[in-house]
Amino acid sequence: MTTLLEVSGVSVSFDGFRAINNLSFQIGPAEMRAIIGPNGAGKTTFMDIITGKTRPDEGRVIWGERSVSLLKMSEEKIAQAGVGRKFQRPTVFEDQSVFDNLLLALKKDRSPLSVLFYRRSARDRDKVQDLAAEIGLSDQLSRKSGELSHGQKQWLEIGMLLAQEPRLLLVDEPAAGMTPEEREHTTGILVEAAKTRAVVVVEHDMEFVRRLNCKVTVLHEGSVLAEGSLDHVTKNQDVIDVYLGR
Amino acid sequence: MRVTLLALIALCLSVLSTTAQDTTVQDLMQSHRAVIEKGSRTTIEPAISALAESGLPAVQRVLQKWQAKDMWQRNADGLFFYGAEAEDRQVRLFDFADDAEIGLFPKSELTQLKPNSGVRALIGAALVQFQLADPNPERRRAALLAIQRDPDASQLAPLRASIADEPDTDIRAQKERLAQLLTIGYDKDEAQRIAAIEAVSGSLSLDVRATLNPLLQTRPMVAPANETPSANVARFLQPGTADLSAGDAYAMLVEAGLATARATEADRIAALAANIENGAVAGIPVAQLNTTENRDRAYAALVAADKAPPFVTEADVGNALTAHQFFEVYSDPSAAVTTAAAKALAATDRTVGFNQALDLALDALSLASIFFLAAIGLAITFGVMGVINMAHGEFIMMGAYTGYVVQQIIPDYTVSILVALPAAFAITFAAGVAMERLVIRWLYNRPLETLLATFGISIALQQIAKNIFGTQARPLTSPAWLDGAWVLNDVVSISYIRIAIFVLALIFLGVFLFIMKRTRLGLETRAVTQNPRMAASMGINPDRVNMLTFGLGSGIAGIAGVAIGLFAKVTSELGSDYIVQSFMTVVVGGVGNIWGTLAGAAMIGFLQKGIEWANPSNTLAAQTYMIIFIIIFIQFRPRGIIALKGRAAGD
Amino acid sequence: MERSFIFRNPSVLIFLGCLALFTLGVTMMSEAAGSGLISTSFVKTLGKTLCLCLVAIAMDLVWGYCGILSLGHFAFFGLGGYMIGMWLMYARTRDIVVASLANAAIPPTDQEISDAIGNQIFGVVGSAEFPLVWAFSSSLTMQLALVILVPGLLALVFGWLAFRSRVTGVYLSILTQAMTLALALYLFQNDSGLRGNNGLSGLQNIPGADAVPQSVMSLWFLWASALALGLGYLLAAWVVSGKFGSVIRGIRDDEARVRFLGYPVESFKLFIFVLTAIIAGIAGALYYPQAGIINPAEVAPIASIYLAVWVAIGGRGRLYGAVIGAAFVSLVSSWFTGGQVPGFSLGAYTVNWVDWWQVILGLSFVMVTLFAPKGIGGLVDLMTGARAPDRHGADLGPDKGSLQEQEATQ
Repeated sequence: MTTLLEVSGVSVSFDGFRAINNLSFQIGPAEMRAIIGPNGAGKTTFMDIITGKTRPDEGRVIWGERSVSLLKMSEEKIAQAGVGRKFQRPTVFEDQSVFDNLLLALKKDRSPLSVLFYRRSARDRDKVQDLAAEIGLSDQLSRKSGELSHGQKQWLEIGMLLAQEPRLLLVDEPAAGMTPEEREHTTGILVEAAKTRAVVVVEHDMEFVRRLNCKVTVLHEGSVLAEGSLDHVTKNQDVIDVYLGR
Repeated sequence: MRVTLLALIALCLSVLSTTAQDTTVQDLMQSHRAVIEKGSRTTIEPAISALAESGLPAVQRVLQKWQAKDMWQRNADGLFFYGAEAEDRQVRLFDFADDAEIGLFPKSELTQLKPNSGVRALIGAALVQFQLADPNPERRRAALLAIQRDPDASQLAPLRASIADEPDTDIRAQKERLAQLLTIGYDKDEAQRIAAIEAVSGSLSLDVRATLNPLLQTRPMVAPANETPSANVARFLQPGTADLSAGDAYAMLVEAGLATARATEADRIAALAANIENGAVAGIPVAQLNTTENRDRAYAALVAADKAPPFVTEADVGNALTAHQFFEVYSDPSAAVTTAAAKALAATDRTVGFNQALDLALDALSLASIFFLAAIGLAITFGVMGVINMAHGEFIMMGAYTGYVVQQIIPDYTVSILVALPAAFAITFAAGVAMERLVIRWLYNRPLETLLATFGISIALQQIAKNIFGTQARPLTSPAWLDGAWVLNDVVSISYIRIAIFVLALIFLGVFLFIMKRTRLGLETRAVTQNPRMAASMGINPDRVNMLTFGLGSGIAGIAGVAIGLFAKVTSELGSDYIVQSFMTVVVGGVGNIWGTLAGAAMIGFLQKGIEWANPSNTLAAQTYMIIFIIIFIQFRPRGIIALKGRAAGD
Repeated sequence: MERSFIFRNPSVLIFLGCLALFTLGVTMMSEAAGSGLISTSFVKTLGKTLCLCLVAIAMDLVWGYCGILSLGHFAFFGLGGYMIGMWLMYARTRDIVVASLANAAIPPTDQEISDAIGNQIFGVVGSAEFPLVWAFSSSLTMQLALVILVPGLLALVFGWLAFRSRVTGVYLSILTQAMTLALALYLFQNDSGLRGNNGLSGLQNIPGADAVPQSVMSLWFLWASALALGLGYLLAAWVVSGKFGSVIRGIRDDEARVRFLGYPVESFKLFIFVLTAIIAGIAGALYYPQAGIINPAEVAPIASIYLAVWVAIGGRGRLYGAVIGAAFVSLVSSWFTGGQVPGFSLGAYTVNWVDWWQVILGLSFVMVTLFAPKGIGGLVDLMTGARAPDRHGADLGPDKGSLQEQEATQ
């Protein structure tokens, strides 16, 4: 299996506290992966490193077929290379309409001049409408996104992520605060997305992870504790100790 | 060498005094009666020296009375007395020798001797030796001071003579030192002077430098190239270099009568204008005379026709310059002395340089403490609470005005300062709490809006201060014990106010650390800042804590205002002069860390003084460069010198 | 495409219509038109106000739309004024010098003329040499280019440094204020080459137009200012209406999110910063010939803060709000500080509005910030019944605080 992203031997510490400790991780181009772990296991920092928000003290982060290092790239360059990230809290541009939010995310040239002279084509509009249909917000296109419900905002953000057409999707707790029906819908969107690209889901909720039905990586104190199917890792004695033993 | 000379002079004096033992002062004066009566500066000298060197006890009195125009001559016998005018146009006369009263005489029988200023100066010089030997040490000191202020060759001998009998060791040392300086300046013996110069080499004191510098003063001179200059040449100058421009060199030649003056452009234009014929000069139309080339041609034609004096060309100038040599000569003719003086001054310059660096460092330190004082209140409100307060500068101003008002009520400066400090704290604390309650608490988490709202308050406060106190600066006088300076030597000194501000800054640092680390308020403040909801759920009242913390920051600004007002002018703009620097101090140092503020203040203080030192003529430019430096500095350390690390510092 | 730009933004058309009507009205009532209902000096005040509206639009773009509270845009405004002022002063002095030397017996050389001009201009700062910065002052074209280039380049260099190091929020505001202070202090020096605190004066006399009376001249400048304001409004409206506007409003509300969408946030900020600096420079170049004099006090940080005050009072985040704010506050200000408002007596104390206007302005600014963050423009929302969504704390700007609160609410 080819590898889309390879993280090897990465460590980072804040004021002496090692948030990530010699962590290694791999994911293929069309794969779903769930990352679980207790609070402070380093899940968010791990995403920060991949997206360029935090620079690791040591280690390598290699991307794509041409094996470029992500460590020297700025956040926007990493995003342009095809890494999309959904934050834990829904962050959409609340002052703007759902349509504008999705249009903003559409994969296009991002330089200021081309944005300034951008004219919306019929194709782009169709694309936005397709996306809206996919995330179930077709009726809400002209509403300001600040008026949406919490779950709708989460979907909108996932929709914006899909609009970017990323090759790797990093999703932080997508199901937090959702009703069961909304969760169902979210699972569907993610599973569908994972058919064509890599998706990494960070989640606490075991039930949600089980429904994703994918390989699971368990993080603990900044490094990988176990990896495998959900059933496999839940039987792992170390994992049981970490989650239940204390 | 010097000792033998001194001994010789002492010997001479004693010999003189013994030979004159049997004559009285009256006899002596009678023997010089003619010149004393005449009272002319040119002829009086022998009379005064005879008196001065007689060694008679009454001489000092004679000279003093003479100088004070209190000496009278009896017309009947020509004897001299001193006297005081009495009633009925009479004068009461006294004898010089024994102070005995002679009696009352009508003015008509007497002549008052009124020496002119030249004579009085000579008498004064002669009096020096008496003053230097006066039994009253205060008089001796005053005499030394007088010599120091206005040194003169004639004072050297009496000064030296007075050293041997000086009982007071302190004054004796002063006399020796002064004699040394006078030796450098006025001694006839070159070896003596060089020895004296070498003795003071490297000294920092201003009087040494003031003695040595005139020796090395030069004036430019010119001479034909083949002559060897006889004067004490400092250096030769090459015309056309930075030391001496060709134009200046030629001007020197003209002044010395060695060359003809060049016609100025104005002369040339006048000559051209005087020779306009039919709208043309020498065939060239006037309208075309607006270029140098055409003017050259027209003037050359005029010269050829003998209608204008020949124009000194560049080539003429060059020839004249090569035919002469230019040099600077010392005003002192002795080469050995000037060499020794130059060497001594070079040694002095090194010491001065070192001490100036020390002085600069002290200056920078005091500037840093001022910045620290101005910024520490901000370090609390901005650094700890994250509230940006543009009216901080106005709180400083309020503190300063509080000091001013207190001084109007309490005239004693020491008491008024002691009252003003807590009063300023109380007033600005109240103002800060009011502002927090009324404005800032509605704007927590909206820093940009806080910035704007507090700016509005700042405008209003400034204008209110202007309306109350007017636009002119109000004085805030420091108590007498803060006047003056701590003087280490003639180069290094620091005023007591600056020391006091430094101490105040240290106290503030201590108080801040104590409050933040050791008190309940500090703990609660840190808790509320880091997580207000958590703090609230643990029973801390965030409203109260925010209010008190903000009041504390403002109150400290008020105290800083009193301190700043002591040395700066108190105007309504006082605060805005400090606000940008204060923010810079906090930002450069690193937000949320008092040590960062300290480091920031130190960096900005030293930097500003350093730039001012490098470019002393222009303090405005120094501030400009400093701000540019800070903008660039923030490129490399965006979070300041002492940065918080970790995820908490993110976002 | 679907609908035209103007059609999608009817407010632009309304604004341009109002501006045209205003200009026409003032022209009809001016002294030059014969009716004299409006004095020439008031026409100049109105012309200057239009320039202030233009710089307010620039401020609104950079602050209201992009979230950068710049306290330096009046510095760019002043720089524009200085650039055009150099030409005005040079050309005017040259005319005077040439006229005075015309009667000399021998015609002057070029060097003599240049020396005489230098003497005239720099005599007040004890110099007669032309500093390097005046190298192009004889050329109107070059100085016009510099009106754009100098503020633009300063904004480019400063913005590049500041944005590159990710300085945001209040830090950036303080940094821009420091830049303004540095510039003002620099200009205050006598050897800055721009006549120190004397500034440049006599700018109301346009070289070569001595025959044109000031009443007509003031109208010309009013038209030019109105044209510049109209074009500036159009440009700004066009910039903020499309996807670009969407991006910069995104930067204002959540900079990190825009960055993770792959947009080079720094480039966008730099673009807006430079663009608005240029607009400010042009506004300044039109303002100071009407004011007649420019000195470093005009560039002082306080002026830039007043600019923020106007925009905030007018209502940021909407272009007409900025225009209304600048026009309203500056006109009311000059009305009060001009001493035309009679004071009233409070028994022992007489309130003199010249003294107290600043206090009123400062406090009303606090009131607007507290109770009407949308400013005067908010009235329009009240009339049309529009309402912004409730955005948790992140009100009009990317703030450290808004993130803190968002974290705290989770």
